Amino acid sequence: MSRRVRLLVFLVGGGAVAVMFALAFLSMPHFGRPEHLYRDLAVPAAVRHATANVVSSVNFDQRAIDTFGEETILIASVVGTAALLRPAKEETERRVPDTGRTLGATRLVGYLLLPVSLVIGLDVVVHGQLTPGGGFQGGAVLATGLHLLYVSGSYPALDRLRPLELFDIADALGATTFAAVGLAGIAIAGSFLSNMVSFGTFGALFSAGTVPILNVAVGLEVFVGIVAILAKFLEQDITVVKEGDDG
Amino acid sequence: MTALLVLSLTLVGVAGTAVVVSASPERQVVTYSLFGLTLGVLFVVLQAPDVALSQLAVGAAIMPMMILLAIRTMQKDQKQQRDRDDS
Repeated sequence: MSRRVRLLVFLVGGGAVAVMFALAFLSMPHFGRPEHLYRDLAVPAAVRHATANVVSSVNFDQRAIDTFGEETILIASVVGTAALLRPAKEETERRVPDTGRTLGATRLVGYLLLPVSLVIGLDVVVHGQLTPGGGFQGGAVLATGLHLLYVSGSYPALDRLRPLELFDIADALGATTFAAVGLAGIAIAGSFLSNMVSFGTFGALFSAGTVPILNVAVGLEVFVGIVAILAKFLEQDITVVKEGDDG
Repeated sequence: MTALLVLSLTLVGVAGTAVVVSASPERQVVTYSLFGLTLGVLFVVLQAPDVALSQLAVGAAIMPMMILLAIRTMQKDQKQQRDRDDS
């Protein structure tokens, strides 16, 4: 295909997409208008189940099955990364000397923020049914916080702090808990992931039925999942060497 | 509110353009991380703090780190390949 024909094909395709995009955007509801159909249905449903954070109610109660699908995607990517990035036959793992130069300021900020971000992460997971955040956000904050150890210049310290065998089990545990809560919903209330635990008082820490349970399960899974994926990436970069090479 | 919205949307546009025009992948990671940060600010302005939190953790921190590690591993491989070809 010559350059000219390629350009022509692109212009036809790109033009069609542009026209359809413009048409679609023109028939969309206006930006920032006060009436909102989905909100009018979701907010009362969340209040009925004593869930202060409506977003969590949508994610873990009203459309919990979507979140279950997302968790499955995450666990699939962890398994895929672990399978693809295992050391190949001609590669060996070596011990890493505790080297690397880090600016004193970076190290100080890293060590100061490490406990802070871990506490914030836990807080976000546990209060998912009350305040913005939840299992996914909290788990991601926890995983980021843990890697401050690496940024602060110590890969061996990070390596000691995350027993990866335990993490693999915890990942499966998080996913299994989610599925078990879903199956319990079938057994007790007749539908998968139905919110069958007592709702409690609106705004209390233990409220919203299954939402906090699912939040903790997802928080665990996201935290260990992201750490496991990044661990494989870090291993490839730091500890794995091809045989006959010194790095 | 509207002025804030216009400002944060403009920031997202500027940062997005910076990602596209960054020449090398290593530089692109830095601008991509900044782009993630501006998106997080936009989500806060649009009153979506849940999404902003995910965006901040994943888009501004974890993704850039993964990309950086991937680039470094690839460069290591290419260097080893070159060394082998030379010897």
